[in-house]
Amino acid sequence: MTGQTIARRPNQLFRNLNAKIASIPMILTAVVIFLGGTLWTVVYSFTNSKLLPRLSFVGLDQYERLWAATRWTVSITNLAIYGVLTLIFSLVIGFLLAALMDQKIRFENTFRTIFLYPFALSFIVTGLVWQWILNPEFGIQSVVRALGWTSFTFDPLYNADIVIYGILIAGLWQGTGLVMCLMLAGLRGIDGEIWKAARVDGIPTWKTYLFIVIPMMRAVFVTTLVIIASGIVRVYDLVVAQTSGGPGIASEVPAKYVYDYMFQAQNLGQGFAASTMMLVTVAIIIVPWAYLEFGGKKRG
Amino acid sequence: MANPGSLAVTVAGADAMSDSLAGPRGRRPQRSLSGRNIMIYGTLAIAALYYLLPLYVMVVTSLKGMPEIRLGNIFAPPVEITFEPWAKAWASACTGLNCDGLSRGFWNSVRITIPSTVISIAIASINGYALANWRFKGSEIFFTILIVGAFIPYQVMIYPIVIVLREMGIYGTLTGLIIVHTIFGMPILTLLFRNYFVSLPEELFKAARIDGAGFWTIYLKIMLPMSLPIFVVAMILQITGIWNDFLFGVVFTRPEYYPMTVQLNNIVNSVQGVKEYNVNMAATILTGSVPLFVYFVSGRLFVRGIAAGAVKG
Repeated sequence: MTGQTIARRPNQLFRNLNAKIASIPMILTAVVIFLGGTLWTVVYSFTNSKLLPRLSFVGLDQYERLWAATRWTVSITNLAIYGVLTLIFSLVIGFLLAALMDQKIRFENTFRTIFLYPFALSFIVTGLVWQWILNPEFGIQSVVRALGWTSFTFDPLYNADIVIYGILIAGLWQGTGLVMCLMLAGLRGIDGEIWKAARVDGIPTWKTYLFIVIPMMRAVFVTTLVIIASGIVRVYDLVVAQTSGGPGIASEVPAKYVYDYMFQAQNLGQGFAASTMMLVTVAIIIVPWAYLEFGGKKRG
Repeated sequence: MANPGSLAVTVAGADAMSDSLAGPRGRRPQRSLSGRNIMIYGTLAIAALYYLLPLYVMVVTSLKGMPEIRLGNIFAPPVEITFEPWAKAWASACTGLNCDGLSRGFWNSVRITIPSTVISIAIASINGYALANWRFKGSEIFFTILIVGAFIPYQVMIYPIVIVLREMGIYGTLTGLIIVHTIFGMPILTLLFRNYFVSLPEELFKAARIDGAGFWTIYLKIMLPMSLPIFVVAMILQITGIWNDFLFGVVFTRPEYYPMTVQLNNIVNSVQGVKEYNVNMAATILTGSVPLFVYFVSGRLFVRGIAAGAVKG
């Protein structure tokens, strides 16, 4: 019976069969890992799993414990400070560098190569270099002291109050080159006629940038913002390499909290709850962006 | 959520943008030493110094002996150049009980990076090809999930993958890690290839279909030879990305298979023994040298790769 059906009209399932077979890895990744894995983690964040995942639900217990933990609140605060400052500084520095590079300068390729090379390096390498430069015994602090200013203090990695700024310095060093490149591409995309028109009208350069060019680069800014933001939430290697979360717990970040609870403290439930909170954080960033970027177009 | 088509356009935009980086346009620079020029070049030069400083400090420190480091300042060039720290970092630096240096991590990283790069690009290019030319019912839905998945923090998906790999009996092995890299490289690479294949003239594909070529023939005989540049971009993206990975290495492999980044971190941040800063810096340069080499050799293609790959975060 079924054989006859196939003979008459090929079954829908076998249309494009090769493409479907070739797509099996993609389908498995999308459905099993991305969709299934995420749901699995969210579901198990409501259980009291310890060493092994167990399906005994305890409601919001893990989340209450999470938000009561000092280490978690420190992690979230650090992420907020690091995130906001990274966004501001990398956008400002990236844009300024790009604007300077866009003045028809010589050696543009050399400058770009220099600004962008840190981006090729891993966060581990970045963290370790800056750990060495910021080392109070040998690094910047000791060099300045040797010059005669003996009370000079600059030891961000050993001072719990400012350790996150030490990490910020390293993070900016690694990432601003990319922002500069994206911004430069955006500036090059602006029609030269706009600049001529502004000059004819006698508008000063800085005003042209601020009120004409930057609003025109909205799309570039938004893309860059999303790129930086989704990277910030994941910050992990940099902290591990530079401070291992120290001094004490002063430079802990959420991603490290998740790893430590899942693989060191063997408290899976806490790890799942913390990673679910990370997912929520990303959703808070991505959903409004996706809505603004793609939701509005249906109407227009 | 994000419609993959529009997102693809955003990324394609970033890709096209990088092409416009092809070089300065317009009239030649003026040869005047005006105040404006001094300001521009001065600011750029200071910024360049800030970006170059860490590289300089790394190299200088790695060429000094420990006594000189204790006495001198970290910015001073070495009085007596020694390559001993490099030899030690490569062959005899200790991580825990093992004292065979970074070389083990280097070879592990090679054994991880090469197959991961090849497999992930092979799979993703076929995905992109299927999505561009052989759409089937549901293919766009899977693609949407894949792209949205690129924004999910890895921490959310790590443990389920550990369970899957454990069930398959390959948790802790290089094979497992290669699969993980293939999975997490898939969204951005698939997007990259899909956008590229969509931009190829459709007549080509149709002509081949009329001549009776099938799915694999068209891929191997037409698409592959026509898209070498995008394969190079994907390779740059994957080699640097996988070489620089730390999280997956530490989660999915046993200590004997640790990649170079993990081993480097263990050597430098180990609490035992006297800190040998020169050896640490030599080890750091050694680990960074592979992506740096790729960066300096590939030049503009690297910019193109990251403009596309930056979505990965």
